[in-house]
This record gives sequence, C-alpha cells and structure tokens, in this order.
Amino acid sequence: MTDSVKMRATQQGDFATIKVLFRHDMETGLRKDSKTGQLIPAHFIDLVTATLNGTTVLQAQWGIGVSKNPFLEFRVKGAKSGDKVAVSAVDNLGQHYTGETTIA
Amino acid sequence: MNVTRRTFLIHSASIASATAMLTFAPFVLADGWNRQAFTDKVLNDAMKDAGYDNAVKSTDILLKTQDIAENGAVVPIEATSNIPGTTSLAIFIDNNPNPLIAEFSFMNGAEPFIVTRVKMAKTSLVRIAVKAGGKTYFTGKSVKVTSGGCGG
Repeated sequence: MTDSVKMRATQQGDFATIKVLFRHDMETGLRKDSKTGQLIPAHFIDLVTATLNGTTVLQAQWGIGVSKNPFLEFRVKGAKSGDKVAVSAVDNLGQHYTGETTIA
Repeated sequence: MNVTRRTFLIHSASIASATAMLTFAPFVLADGWNRQAFTDKVLNDAMKDAGYDNAVKSTDILLKTQDIAENGAVVPIEATSNIPGTTSLAIFIDNNPNPLIAEFSFMNGAEPFIVTRVKMAKTSLVRIAVKAGGKTYFTGKSVKVTSGGCGG
C-alpha cells in the first residue's frame, strides 16, 4: 500500500531530513461507535523501520497514542543527495505499508 | 474433580482469546513490539517494562511542544537528545490510558532527533526518556489540554 505513505527527503548541510506521512486511522480500541455503542477494535501501526540505501537507520515501536495519520520526521548523518530512503511499517492486523524516495 | 478450578481455567482461556482478538494479534512481541510496556496503564510500570526505569533528569534532552493543546488528538512533539551515545528515545504521557506512546531506536548515522504527533487524553506531563551508554535520562514538560472543540 504505497499510497498510504508520503515521503520527502532533503539534504541540509551535514545531514538529510526525512519527513514521512502515513495514512492510517490509528484506532485506539477505546472509542465507541456512536450508532451501535460498540467499541471500535484497535487498529494501529505498531512497527516502523527506515533504511538508507538498504541499511536500517531507525526502528520505531508505536502504541495507540500516536495521532491519526501519523507524521514522522528524522535526520540521518552521512547521507547525500541521490541516496535512497525507504520506510516500511506494519500494523497490529498485519497490514504492511511501504514508501521510498530519493534525497533531493 | 475440582469444579472451581475447571471453571476458572475455562474462563481464563476465553478471556485470554477474547482479549487477543479484540486488541492485537498474539505473538507480536516476537516481531519486536513490546506488548507489555505498551499496554501498561501506570507510568512507572510502562517506564520499567520499556527499560527506562531509574531515569535521571537531564537538561541535555530538548522537548518542544505546545503549552496548551486545544486539540488533544494532535499534539506536535519535537524531541532531541544531546547526550552522547544516545541509542533510543521514548515518549511517555503520564495521564494517558497507556503512558508509553512510542519508542525510537537510532543506528547507522540516524541523529537522536524526532518530530511526531501524539494523542493526549487530558492535561499531563509529557516525558522524553533516553537510553545512552547503558544509562537512562528524561525530561518533562506539562501540557494543558483544553476540552471539547470550542477552543477553551
């Protein structure tokens, strides 16, 4: 589901800044459906990995407290313009999300 | 035959499977998700289970966020660790249903810096905890959450 991940990576001096926006509801499992009164099941991204030219640079574990449509910005030293940055994420239901971009 | 014991076992089994189905797939821990720490309901338990207990307060961790959050569903967080040898950084919100929000591990050139957005149930201390050189550190900032959509 590449559509679910938007990325932008820019080189600024010594390091690259990578911004990632995931499209995901991040349901907490604590909210009730206003019509049925039933709890809406939890559905959230729990693991995120970022790579630079295939080498892992960042690993994240998320809980239900990360906002809907999660935003993540991070920096990597030693990167250069043209390098490839990729992000992959998986949610608690096992759905995978991936994105890739080139550092501008 | 101990009926009480059998009833207990049946109940435990059904509760366990129902919980697993409702919340998350079982065995996620095997993939690296710290289920225990993320489902803890008390800050001290969450910090301990995530490996951040006995954290020492440090001014070398920088936390930028709002003083007053009008929308608790989206509170921006910018965290930087200036502590040498920082390997990971975690966000805790004392008064959230599950205080551990996220943990980030840095390697192969990634700076100990992140920007993200978190949910806040109510006014609370927001903590950034850091692991560096086998020790743990933290900083905290109080964020007031105004209720409702009227902007307080």
